[in-house]
Amino acid sequence: MAAFTNFILVCGGTACESSKSDKIYKNLMHECESQGVRDKVQVVKTGCFGFCEQGPIVKVLPEESFYVQVTPEDAKEIVSEHLVKGREVTRLLYDKAESKKRAQIDEMDFYQKQVRVVLRNCGVINPEDINEYLGRDGYVALEKALFEMKPDDIIEELKTAGLRGRGGAGFPTWMKWNFTKKVEDDQKYIVCNADEGDPGAYMDRSTLEGDPHSILEAMTIAGYTVGANFGYIYIRAEYPLAINRLKIAMNQAREYGLLGDNILDTGFNFDIEIRLGAGAFVCGEETALLRSIEGERGMPTPRPPFPATKGVFGQPTVINNVETWANIPIILMKGGEWFSKIGTEDSKGTKVFALTGKIRNSGLVEVPMGTTLREIVFDIGGGIPNGKEFKAVQTGGPSGGVITKDYLDTPIDYVHLQELGSIMGSGGMIVMDEDDCMVDVSKFYLGFTVDESCGKCAPCRVGGRTLYNILERITEGEGEMEDLDRIKSIAQATQKASLCGLGQTAPNPIISTITYFEDEYKAHIKDKRCPAGHCKKLITYHILPDKCIGCGLCARRCPTNAISGEIRQLHTIDQELCIKCGECYNVCKFDAVYVR
Amino acid sequence: MAVKSDAEITFSQELLDHMETWREKPGNLIMILHKVQEEFGFIPREAAKKVAKIMNVPLAKIYGVITFYHYFKLNKPGKYNIQVCMGTACYLKGGEDILNELESVLGIGVNQVTTDGQFSIEAVRCVGACGLAPVLIVGEDVFGKLTKDRLPEILAKYQEK
Ligand SMILES: Cc1cc2nc3c(=O)[nH]c(=O)nc-3n(C[C@H](O)[C@H](O)[C@H](O)COP(=O)(O)O)c2cc1C
Ligand code: SF4
Ligand code: FES
Repeated sequence: MAAFTNFILVCGGTACESSKSDKIYKNLMHECESQGVRDKVQVVKTGCFGFCEQGPIVKVLPEESFYVQVTPEDAKEIVSEHLVKGREVTRLLYDKAESKKRAQIDEMDFYQKQVRVVLRNCGVINPEDINEYLGRDGYVALEKALFEMKPDDIIEELKTAGLRGRGGAGFPTWMKWNFTKKVEDDQKYIVCNADEGDPGAYMDRSTLEGDPHSILEAMTIAGYTVGANFGYIYIRAEYPLAINRLKIAMNQAREYGLLGDNILDTGFNFDIEIRLGAGAFVCGEETALLRSIEGERGMPTPRPPFPATKGVFGQPTVINNVETWANIPIILMKGGEWFSKIGTEDSKGTKVFALTGKIRNSGLVEVPMGTTLREIVFDIGGGIPNGKEFKAVQTGGPSGGVITKDYLDTPIDYVHLQELGSIMGSGGMIVMDEDDCMVDVSKFYLGFTVDESCGKCAPCRVGGRTLYNILERITEGEGEMEDLDRIKSIAQATQKASLCGLGQTAPNPIISTITYFEDEYKAHIKDKRCPAGHCKKLITYHILPDKCIGCGLCARRCPTNAISGEIRQLHTIDQELCIKCGECYNVCKFDAVYVR
Repeated sequence: MAVKSDAEITFSQELLDHMETWREKPGNLIMILHKVQEEFGFIPREAAKKVAKIMNVPLAKIYGVITFYHYFKLNKPGKYNIQVCMGTACYLKGGEDILNELESVLGIGVNQVTTDGQFSIEAVRCVGACGLAPVLIVGEDVFGKLTKDRLPEILAKYQEK
């Protein structure tokens, strides 16, 4: 085989795929062929680079040229200029000003503070080729586990590492494994929780799409450790790309004797089956997930018994989150000591966050535990776009809470987030600016949990609905001051009396926003005013006399003809007719329309 | 309602094979229903009955499962099912406005189908393209960083076909 002198890495993550990265890949292949460099250049479709805001992304090695917002039509120029003539395509480089020095990936602010442990292979290897995983020390950990380590050594290593579950609760992984290992039973199971329910987070999806073998390897190691021969990956049906890559990976691993019967000729058998979720958020909760694997309605059951002793089909089961799994191989390879040096006293290792919302560089970031929110939002994320003011970050999705400006320097780890009334959660990190109304945001989250409640227990079913109705009243200007106390007492009851984590945590977003933004609630209730200018029933649109030049654009666009005025004269809005669609605000080129 | 016999619905060989592969596996029902929906775009009543018969499970159990999980559809979606993301990132960036506008342009609500059977609307959770929020999906095509005024142009793409 010819030796390649250049590699073109094309992001094949979901966000980039949606922007036609597949077509870019095909065009690049085609251009390499027709421009006669096919045998010198290898084109690889990788997993997510993380820098989704600027996608689709194409990287050329060895120069490390980082091309952003590439279109299929750019393929020709990338090949003719860069690969044939050896000249970078400056207009596509991330930092055009920096192009002389070349926008090297580790020099970019976005990547500088990141440490890639979980995402070590994402955006680096072709996830559909096991050889590339093997080339990056893939399955070395499994080999080490099977040939050099006893199950207890592995558990000891995880204990030294201090790895805690990344699915939300942060339970020490070694303890879970140890519980299951200690139970005497012929049939045990390993489960990977890939149900990723937080609406606005996609860390697990990217890991599965970019590095599926790491999950298979980790689950096999767990099988050997606790004495299980079978595993399930429970994954959202809405993730077709990840499912497909997992299937390819499983077939390749079986071919290579790394999965299935008699793994690496050791006599150890372990196989994995994929089970699809079907759009129920509660199925991310472990006991509900187990019911769903059993083909039932996904209703949670009381714990104890914990899955570790009584899991799928009543058998002892280790269940871990995708990101937890992705940490296992590298821990065994580099040692628990090494891992425990990353992060803080209480939280070891790194955490992957999906940084989204009102942020300049939206994307996937992986940082050591203990990194401050300020570093994530401002250094990595590039701050808030459009000159707006930072307001808060929501972590933990519908089970979490907000962190405000005053706490930007808090190190992000399990304890500190909890102290602030939020949680680590699975890694959703939603940035909000001055235009976002905190009452509305908590209504959004609560609406989500109310929809997703399985209805099994009354505190969650009734409490959630009642809280939602109160919030709705407040955002519509019908709230009363007593509502605040009402909210607090219903929230407490719901937290205490619900059966599963969904109900227990559903009130968190409200409690947290009331704690930090009580004034905003009061403004809605007392002054019938939405300070962020978001809640439709509480705002009115007006035209500024000194800015309006009378162009008439707003009047033409208003769907209810609520705006009148002669051309080149001041226009006015008839509040009776206005439906507050905001069209005038959006179209005015002179910033003459304002919200009150 | 007219009484239809079970024989009226035919399953492809692929679907029948799929059912055979899964027959002996515990907890197979959801995996089978996924395949049924893949074939028909939703789960027709006759198909549910046929699954009940072939797999020997009570129809009530099948309906219990279908109704629990949002992913399974009981009604036929439009030729083009438009999925509007209502995940947090999309919501903050105006996903709701997009949804409202789409509803008024098409004259239907969420989970409804236009009278010509061309379009249906579905509100979905995060589709994993938050960097492109707000996002809308038609079949395999993803439209990101959307604004309301792009909707007519997007719909027109599919109307003609
Ligand atoms: C309502 C609810 C939803 C959850 N969703 C998820 C999820 O989507 N993914 C996940 O890994 N864990 C989720 N969990 C946490 C799981 O119950 C469980 O703690 C986790 O899978 C354990 O793995 P870990 O120890 O590796 O974190 C959820 C919990 C609750 C209460
Ligand atoms: S707390 Fe809510 S989701 Fe959990 S079991 Fe009770 S009703 Fe179901
Ligand atoms: S919230 Fe819409 S794609 Fe993630």
